[in-house]
Amino acid sequence: MSGPAIELVCPAGTPPALRAAIDAGADTVYVGFRDRTNARNFPGLNFDRRELAEGLDYAHARGRKVYLAVNTYPPAGEPGPWRAAVDDAARLGVDAVILADIGLLDYCTRVHPGLRRHLSVQASASNPAAIGFFQEAFDVRRVVLPRVLTLAEIAALNKEVSVETEVFAFGGMCVMAEGRCSLSGYVTGQSPNTAGVCSPASHVRFEERGDAMLARLGDIAIDAFARDEPAGYPTLCKGRFKARGASSYLFEDPTSLNVATMLPELQAAGVRALKIEGRQRGRAYVQRVTAAFRRAIDAVAAGGPADGPSDSAALADIAEGGRTTGGAYRKTWR
Amino acid sequence: MALAAAASGPRLSLGPVLFNWPAERKRDFYYRIADEAPVDVVYLGEIVCSKRAPFFKSFLPEIAERLARAGKEVVWSTPILIETRREIAETRELAEDRSLVIEANDLGAAALVAGRRHCIGPTINVYNEATLAFLARRGAARFTLPWELSADSIGHLCRAAGGDVEIEASVFGRMPLAISARCYHARAHGLSKDSCRYVCAEDPDGMELRTLDDQPFLAVNGTQTLSHRYLNLMDELPALARLGVSLLRLWPHDMDMAEVAGLFRAVAAGKLEPSAGRAALARLAPQAQFANGFYHGVAGMAPIG
Repeated sequence: MSGPAIELVCPAGTPPALRAAIDAGADTVYVGFRDRTNARNFPGLNFDRRELAEGLDYAHARGRKVYLAVNTYPPAGEPGPWRAAVDDAARLGVDAVILADIGLLDYCTRVHPGLRRHLSVQASASNPAAIGFFQEAFDVRRVVLPRVLTLAEIAALNKEVSVETEVFAFGGMCVMAEGRCSLSGYVTGQSPNTAGVCSPASHVRFEERGDAMLARLGDIAIDAFARDEPAGYPTLCKGRFKARGASSYLFEDPTSLNVATMLPELQAAGVRALKIEGRQRGRAYVQRVTAAFRRAIDAVAAGGPADGPSDSAALADIAEGGRTTGGAYRKTWR
Repeated sequence: MALAAAASGPRLSLGPVLFNWPAERKRDFYYRIADEAPVDVVYLGEIVCSKRAPFFKSFLPEIAERLARAGKEVVWSTPILIETRREIAETRELAEDRSLVIEANDLGAAALVAGRRHCIGPTINVYNEATLAFLARRGAARFTLPWELSADSIGHLCRAAGGDVEIEASVFGRMPLAISARCYHARAHGLSKDSCRYVCAEDPDGMELRTLDDQPFLAVNGTQTLSHRYLNLMDELPALARLGVSLLRLWPHDMDMAEVAGLFRAVAAGKLEPSAGRAALARLAPQAQFANGFYHGVAGMAPIG
């Protein structure tokens, strides 16, 4: 394998998770501020300015990096909090900001030209022309690719663009094109683009229906579970709906993405970094996934297989629904 | 190119047909639009699934000509999601024809038409003044705003637009809520996307999706997921005009769209009360439930007022 080892980018929703990810071997940790400026705006999650400064100290002292996601879309008439997030990222010395909004990218490019800019998956740049636009206009140095692309498409794309690419490696999957989905807003009034949340917990309730438990988001029944069945979180596109008289998980089976076994192919496709989803997850989860991927990346770098049986089992064990998938990368549903 | 600001009151536009209608039927639909529908701008193009595009391609030049002869401005819309080699090549071919006005629905397409006047479609994320200004500097002269924007945001963006830049708002039709690489029509029929048999053609307004407790919820159109309810901003037309919206967009459905356009036209011109227009619309589309929540800053499926 030529070139540097693939960069492992891990999530942290809290300072303990950040330290756990660093200790478990993350090259980089990505975080967000505790407000609407990022796409995991969940109660009790994320960092204030002091916590970010401390996290940066912890990471930098160990030769690792911290990225800040400012990846929601500032509403008209209210650019303040988003610009403040970027200003503070520059002041505190984060290693890169992850942005999606054109207006905010423009601001960051003009005011903080030296602050490294990555393009968030929320910008939905899925082709060379779109990526070229962001590169030329805002000098973005890396693009997080949408989860709709196959491995072959990623490889073809990397041949056509000079910017670094980062792909999702493990965790929850958006099956819809990210940053272009209003399903949550349609039901709850809160969407990922504007509020930084999808299918927010504030709108979730469980309702007994005879022997079953009905999971609702707002007024909409998303799924039903038998009493002895573990009830999944009712994320809208992971729900069970009726089409042509039959009910099914039409959009997405309740599985997690896992590319551990594809590492050599991803590296050969020119992918620069792997992203673990899950800033909303706890410290233990972050620690386990980070450690498993660290071992896998190191094994591939040493010329061995990517995924030992123990890690495979460990990852499947903590995955959503207990099952994992290669997602779009394997193109199983084309 | 007729992209100049309107002299008085908003004009009407017709978005591209989102659904997989048979080619002849789609042709006849556009003939009627050209001959009968009081709309000023017509957007053409297959923006949902590139697999459908070849069937209608040969009809497009004649339709465009007939629409233009009828005094309508024709704009060519590019696909929402561009990822395959073929989609990239087709978008490039369209964008490189400098005789056409392009509506970009993906930033890749917008990049290809930068430097000349073009339109930005509703699936490009224009949420704020800074984004609008940046794209306007690159030649964007008209913005059709994302569906989920509220009146407050629309107002801000209209004030920011000014000058030669026009703001267009969708006012009628099922709301496209998501796009995927995956085809749910094929999946619901137990087929793969590559061998889909074009089953999406069975549902001219989308395939109904119900919740487990039998509430109609969404409508699937191949790779696209739309609301089951129809956006209807007839009551809000006077307010949209006051905000400074230049164009009002209707989205084609399996109903008499010339009549629908006539109703919106009459209400926008103040010749018909919104309540009377709404009642007439309900008669034209008896199956449709209406919603306007996004405009009012709440859940999009909510009917407010």
